[in-house]
Amino acid sequence: MDPSVDRPAVETVDLGLSYGPRTALEGVTIKIDKRRITALIGPSGCGKTTLLRCINRMNDEIEGVRLTGRVIVDGNDVHHPSTRLEELRKRVGMVFQKSNPFPMSIRANVTFGPRMAGSLNRDRANEVVERSLRLAGLWEEVRDRLDRSALDLSGGQQQRLCIARALANGPDILLLDEPASALDPISTAKIEETLIQLRENLTVIIVTHNLQQAARIADKTAFFMEGRLVEYAPTTTLFTNPREKLAEEYITGRFG
Amino acid sequence: MQRPFETDLNTIKEQVLTMAGLAEKSLDDVAKVVATGDSELARRVVDRDDRIDQCELEIDRLGTEFIVRHHPMAGDLRFVITAIKIAPRLERIGDNAVNIARYLLDIMDEPWTSPPPDVPRTLALARAMVADVIGAFVSRDADQAREIILRDDEVDRLYWGLFRSLLDQMRSDPDRVRQLMSQVLVARFAERIGDQATNIAEEIIYLVEGEAVRHSPPAPPEDSRNSKE
Repeated sequence: MDPSVDRPAVETVDLGLSYGPRTALEGVTIKIDKRRITALIGPSGCGKTTLLRCINRMNDEIEGVRLTGRVIVDGNDVHHPSTRLEELRKRVGMVFQKSNPFPMSIRANVTFGPRMAGSLNRDRANEVVERSLRLAGLWEEVRDRLDRSALDLSGGQQQRLCIARALANGPDILLLDEPASALDPISTAKIEETLIQLRENLTVIIVTHNLQQAARIADKTAFFMEGRLVEYAPTTTLFTNPREKLAEEYITGRFG
Repeated sequence: MQRPFETDLNTIKEQVLTMAGLAEKSLDDVAKVVATGDSELARRVVDRDDRIDQCELEIDRLGTEFIVRHHPMAGDLRFVITAIKIAPRLERIGDNAVNIARYLLDIMDEPWTSPPPDVPRTLALARAMVADVIGAFVSRDADQAREIILRDDEVDRLYWGLFRSLLDQMRSDPDRVRQLMSQVLVARFAERIGDQATNIAEEIIYLVEGEAVRHSPPAPPEDSRNSKE
């Protein structure tokens, strides 16, 4: 049997990260399952976004960052000299809190990544556009206006376009940093439906402040506090019967 | 100042305690009816049942509203679920008190005869289980809940002993069948009250520990587990 099947999608081992004198992560060891949705929750500044950004090495570019421990994506250490950053970011897509479509057409937004990575002929481009937009749940809404500006889309559609843009690179893992925090409930529901569909083929890791969102969509949820992983459990367990007092206090709104 | 969340949570708790208080009052009253044949008191038990039923509906409403308004999690979620599940058990306890009152009223046209001591004893044991299980709910004491579950065996044993003995008396004294049958039924309803207290105790273990213990063999309380080691 292929050992990669049971391997975690992402694993961190005793991961620590500091920005100059400030410690953002400390001793974080976690295994994130393949083809599941994992939510990272905790109060602001708890380290959840920092952890997300460690997975595709987004923190490397920040001055004064010091990282200890290991981040392993599908069995490979992301900091190993043989790991190519472009390849890593192709496999690990990211969607940010604020939708950030490029000021170009919907079609050009989706094909941007594959075009940057190499040649993409017209047939293949059409295929990538349709597949990515379908996966992001946006195809039916934009199929007749692919060459219009992406900036004309609504906020929720722009965020799904950003998901489609990330999917166009064919990632195995999709990282999302509060992707629905600025969206109305209907757009939020569409994003959540999209993520549940995507789980069939890829691993989704989402940072969210919305506990109900984590409860609705995540298979497992990790609670962070002051840079440490406090509790990591199946979502239903964490939200009905957390083992740690800190987790109980946070999710019942008694602090934070 | 209390947050609306805490205020609403306390309202649910108070409503459960109000309902439990009414059910307990009915149990106290039927115990007196069993001893004295006081028909007025028996009728009061029957009349009280509407208030108990209304409490159940109110707990349902408060619990549903709380879930909608506050999206409770963890211990708070378990508390609301437990309150919603306890309410029908208390309602059944009230119904069983009413059943006892009605069967006793039915034989009050005959000269009153005190039942054998095990009838009021069964009722008293079940009554004590109800009082203690409400105490366990207030103090969130899973060990006390486990101890209450174990006490149900004694209620069952008393009931089945009474059943056999009263059946024998019916055979030997057919003229008293109506009266003896009422006594069997009083014991039977008392045994059911013990069952309801047991069910509430199971919900309290879920409330405290987050584990469902229904349909599984009872575990001894913590103290006795320690003492066996």
